Amino acid sequence: MQSNLLSILIWLPILAGILILCTGGDERAPVARKLALGFSIAVFILSLPLWAGFDNSSALMQFQEHGTWIETFNVHYALGIDGISMPLILLTTALTVIVIIAGWEVIQERVAQYMAAFMIMEGIMIGVFAALDAVLFYVFWEAMLIPMFLIIGIWGGPNRIYATIKFFLYTLLGSLLMLVSFLYLYNQSGGSFSILDYHALPLGMTAQVLIFLAFFAAFAVKVPMFPVHTWLPDAHVEAPTGGSVILAAIMLKMGGYGFLRFNMPITPDASHELAWLMITLSLIAVVYIALVALVQGDMKKLIAYSSISHMGFVTLGMFVFNSQGVEGAMMQMISHGFISGALFLCVGVLYDRLHSREIATYGGVATPMPIFAAFAVLFAMANSGLPGTSGFVGEFLVIMGAFKANAWFAIIAALTLIFGAAYSLWMVKRVIYGAVTSDAVAALKDVNCREILILALLAAMVLWVGVWPNPILDVMHATIDNLLLHVSVSKLP
Amino acid sequence: MNAVTLKAALATPEIIVAFMACLVLVAPLYMKKDTGIRLAYSLAVATLVFTAAYIAMNVSEGASAALNNMYIADPMADLLKIAICLVSAGVFIYSRRYNQDRDLDQPEYYVLGLFGVAGMMVMSSANHLLTLYLGLELMSLSLYAMIAFYRDDQLAVESAMKYFVLGALASSILLYGMSLLYGLTGSLELATIRGALTADEGNVAVALAVVFIVVALAFKLGAVPFHMWVPDVYQGAPTSTTAFVGAAPKIAAFAMTMRLLAGGLEDLHTMWQQMLIIIALLSIIAGNVIAIAQSNLKRMLAYSTISHMGFFLCGILAGTDEGYGAALFYVIVYAVMSLGAFGIILFLASRDNESDRLDDLKGLSKRSPWIAFLLLILMFSMAGVPPTAGFFAKFSVIEALVKADLVWVAVVAVLFAVVGAYYYLRIIKLAYFDPPETDLPVAPAAGMSTVLTINVLMIVLILPWIGSLLSLCAEVIRQFAV
Repeated sequence: MQSNLLSILIWLPILAGILILCTGGDERAPVARKLALGFSIAVFILSLPLWAGFDNSSALMQFQEHGTWIETFNVHYALGIDGISMPLILLTTALTVIVIIAGWEVIQERVAQYMAAFMIMEGIMIGVFAALDAVLFYVFWEAMLIPMFLIIGIWGGPNRIYATIKFFLYTLLGSLLMLVSFLYLYNQSGGSFSILDYHALPLGMTAQVLIFLAFFAAFAVKVPMFPVHTWLPDAHVEAPTGGSVILAAIMLKMGGYGFLRFNMPITPDASHELAWLMITLSLIAVVYIALVALVQGDMKKLIAYSSISHMGFVTLGMFVFNSQGVEGAMMQMISHGFISGALFLCVGVLYDRLHSREIATYGGVATPMPIFAAFAVLFAMANSGLPGTSGFVGEFLVIMGAFKANAWFAIIAALTLIFGAAYSLWMVKRVIYGAVTSDAVAALKDVNCREILILALLAAMVLWVGVWPNPILDVMHATIDNLLLHVSVSKLP
Repeated sequence: MNAVTLKAALATPEIIVAFMACLVLVAPLYMKKDTGIRLAYSLAVATLVFTAAYIAMNVSEGASAALNNMYIADPMADLLKIAICLVSAGVFIYSRRYNQDRDLDQPEYYVLGLFGVAGMMVMSSANHLLTLYLGLELMSLSLYAMIAFYRDDQLAVESAMKYFVLGALASSILLYGMSLLYGLTGSLELATIRGALTADEGNVAVALAVVFIVVALAFKLGAVPFHMWVPDVYQGAPTSTTAFVGAAPKIAAFAMTMRLLAGGLEDLHTMWQQMLIIIALLSIIAGNVIAIAQSNLKRMLAYSTISHMGFFLCGILAGTDEGYGAALFYVIVYAVMSLGAFGIILFLASRDNESDRLDDLKGLSKRSPWIAFLLLILMFSMAGVPPTAGFFAKFSVIEALVKADLVWVAVVAVLFAVVGAYYYLRIIKLAYFDPPETDLPVAPAAGMSTVLTINVLMIVLILPWIGSLLSLCAEVIRQFAV
């Protein structure tokens, strides 16, 4: 099937971003906002046919596009999606709409640039998920750093410059090693940059291990896995709310996506060989980082650490190599996209009012802001994996998968249900409940219509995925079964 | 060799430029000062654009020698000359206002520039050591004078002196290497040298000749450890001249490197490869690390140039057609980026502010969002971050290295590219994240900003067609190698 829907989804937001940039200064901010909203909704609607037209029974790449880009290096403009990338693309288009609405009133400075940065980033992120050519993938992957660098650096908090440069250099270093392994694979495969060719390419064990580690450097930084997670709390704390949402909800998923698209299929033997490492690091993230989250006094930092802990679940699920584990990892990625996004938006709501992210500033918020409190409690519950919310589905599947591999993995991983509940609910208790601690808190205004709208949309998603995850799981089955089959066959020559 | 083949028509581009340089020297003498300067400026720019167009319309089919085999016209030379002419025309356009503000806008500036361009074109087409040397000296002497042009400025005069002394030293080293080659082969013609040298490996005299030539090339390129003059010249020279020195002469230096190493000394590849690995890696490392400590923008760009020259040498040292093609692509992209970067400094400079301190860039995005945006693109491109041409330049060089089994060189180069990214990011940080030091708006200059915009946006907008540009470079090199 030849269609250029993917190209439209990539380039429309980028062109829209450029158009928005052209609206110029802040005196025309309303135009910029409306344009951004209009285009982001349009892109979201345009992305729905990806799901409607998706053949659930096929593990092949769908909606493929193909064109020659750089003849000298045999680089192609090749796009396509399967059951792994399609849900992530929809997640991207949906969350971009929410982020645009979230920044509606909050961002008053350089509005056009802010909106344009998010629109351009949306296009680039879709490109990352859709690219089937290693160089094209790499271009999108790195290009994504530029708008994020600016978003954190311009609209971020007081320590934003340190955070954004750390973020950029950390990710750049990881990516460049990935680039070198792409070039190695290019020469090994006799001059192809096609990711699907790499999947079929036989490789010796040493080469596999080295390539695995190089990819690991790129993706582990992005996920982020312990011990290369230290950029995330800094970046999250300093980023503006919209930046945090995109960072947590989508950019982290690119690391997980990378493991599924590159590490596992390209280096299956090394993946099995090094699974112990991945599982150990994941379990450390799940348990240790959850404990770190427990002691944070800054709400954004707490959620950032909670993200790292939850992403530990994702990598754990992948490297137990069974369908529950991998599907659980995917579900966890999607659900974490909604929940962490929602939690960052909740912190944003409070921050906009009192300009503090410290838990200690608040207390008894439920009294002046009852509607907000209801949402915040729901998302905190979801974050701790309450059945009926999306958080439960992923964690449950991963624990089930881990149990199949080794009961101890499951037992350790299940600890997070306790720790997760502990840090989420303890934060809720201190911020939302209790006596009203200060006059400032007492004077808080409850959420307005705009904020209710975005929180309600996210709440609906969280509950929908929690109660009826099948539509999403159905999309992934065929692809993930095929992936696991592929990984179980040795590629040693 | 025996038949006297003149075929001077092949050298028409050089002849046009040299003739126009003489005309620009003489004509303004018969006019009022202002008219004369305006005429000199328009004639210079028009000449360069016309010459570029002329070459583009008369591209050589394969290589053909002329002027008793001293001169060669091949597609590589054509491509390089087009780049040299266009880039230099850009420098003239950017320099105008800066020079006017400092009373440097004299017809002689353009005369020297045109002679410099003629020298670079001769270098591109050299088929003979003597031609190469003549071209090099024509270029260098013009540059010395252009740097000293700002004679009221002590720094400029000092750096001209420094450049002159070191440049003369490098030239003499080059001559010594050439004379050894002549002694060994009995010829100054590159093709003959190439044929005669094949069997002589292991000979001390050959090794000495190669060392002298590589050292001289490193001097001219400004590669570590022969880079000392670069920061001083970049900082000391008036920015308009720095822009000139930073762009087109790099392309000419590429031509010289190709003609000497890949042409005349190709069979001694293993000898010069080892030297170039050391020189290239030292340049990448030292350039990127020292650049971090700079507070002067021009000086920082000088160290950045050093690291870029290291990267470009990485392409050459691979010693394969892919490597040469990558280096060619790299040097052209670099010249365009360097032109843009100095264009921005020239744009920001006002009558009483050189605008060459890093702090002058603070809050640029508030003072002039568009220029800040162009600067952003340039810096990401120089750092080699996609989606910019700078990324593909680095990419093709690294690809050539990996293919030539020099993976470790590639890894070192890549790691220090990350170090380099830091100081480019700092520029963006200053321009975008810091509050401005002054509220003065940037003086607009309509014509100049259009050219600047085209210049910089090209780095990004070329991407869909970057494949054809890379193929062009590969094809040109394939014809060179034949």
